[in-house]
Amino acid sequence: MAKIRLTREQIAERTALELPDGACVNLGWGIPNLIAAFVPADITIYFHSENGILGMGPRAKPGEEDFDLVDAMKVPVTLIPGASFFSQDDAHVMTRGGHLDICILGAMQVSEKGDLANWRVPGAKGAGNIGGAMDISVGAKRLIIAMEHNAKDGSPKIVRRCSYPLTAIECVNTIITDLAVIDVLPEGLVLREVAPGFTSEDVQQFTEPTLHYSNTVPELSFRTLSRR
Amino acid sequence: MGEAVADIPDGATIMFGGFGGAGFPNNLIQGLARQGARNLKVISNNCGAGEGELGLLFRNHQISRVVAAFPGPGAKYFHEQFDAGEIELELAPQGILCERMRASGAGIPAFYSPVGVGTDIASGKEERVIRGRRYLLESALGADYAFIKAHRADHLGNLIYRKTARNFNPIMATAANTTIVEAEEIVETGTLDPEMIVTPSIFVDRIVQARGVRFG
Repeated sequence: MAKIRLTREQIAERTALELPDGACVNLGWGIPNLIAAFVPADITIYFHSENGILGMGPRAKPGEEDFDLVDAMKVPVTLIPGASFFSQDDAHVMTRGGHLDICILGAMQVSEKGDLANWRVPGAKGAGNIGGAMDISVGAKRLIIAMEHNAKDGSPKIVRRCSYPLTAIECVNTIITDLAVIDVLPEGLVLREVAPGFTSEDVQQFTEPTLHYSNTVPELSFRTLSRR
Repeated sequence: MGEAVADIPDGATIMFGGFGGAGFPNNLIQGLARQGARNLKVISNNCGAGEGELGLLFRNHQISRVVAAFPGPGAKYFHEQFDAGEIELELAPQGILCERMRASGAGIPAFYSPVGVGTDIASGKEERVIRGRRYLLESALGADYAFIKAHRADHLGNLIYRKTARNFNPIMATAANTTIVEAEEIVETGTLDPEMIVTPSIFVDRIVQARGVRFG
């Protein structure tokens, strides 16, 4: 059987399973931005946007956009019942102050200690953009990274030490990729689930630091999508 | 509009509200573009969208220094001048940008924060361990002027914002020596519900009527 990695949507779907009913959650750019579509209908998540929304709903339908009601990517959105508006400083009281239950960001690199690099390619021309990522990474009660396991050139994105400029140190709790679910624990990186068709040894091969795993790592679980 | 920005001198430091296309004081920005002050130091989350928002002032080469969290992929004129070495940039994490302005408005000269510890942002900042955790000393950030967009103002300067157009506006209103507001509606003093007022009038110096300028 050919070993086919998860799609970006499937990474998003698996990540959505980490969200408990009633959680206040901030989603970053990239794969995290796909997650809201996979929240099961029987639970409510209060999505936070750093421009001043708690309780953000789906994108506004064409013709119903209000350009004073946008998400952090400038996209017109809607509200769910119980939503609130506030200023940008209060939005970051929520991020930095540890009030959000879960934050989910994309990454360029994550180190075995949970250091995160996600804002700038080393040596890149131009100014760079930090946005709210540093505040979010430092303050999150639980920080999940949703990303592809390897870079486009095949190099590992889970590394011993980040070579890219850091966003925050020792901040990542869990990494969810197209190959695995990995927890960052005091003893190191612990393999929690492996994508269908792959072995723990396969995942280790695509990862720079040593992974800790038992002989029976469960298959990465889905709730709604049919397995391949 | 011209009158509201007429006295802004070359070299002034100005804060601009706005995020994601919402809550930008676009009338005041256009007024400042016509007024022509140069060598401006600006504090803003981003650096314009094409010729929209702050883009107009960058296009006119009116800005020499920026403090921003997210210059943004659409900030064409900023990026051209930054790459050419014509503009100085201080990049700040967005929440720290907010808190530095809040501190200035609240009379606090500096504060310790965990954001940016161990990153490039820590460069040149004092680090201190408090109760076992590492922190950076961040300085307050004030300005000569703040340009603010409100939904509704009364003649005294009490302000109400609309949805996510609030963003940086209330913080900046507290952090500048002179706060200039453009409001979509200006109403009689006493008609706004005091329970609903977000920016109290003490923080506001000038109010002008906004006229439907928006950039996608």
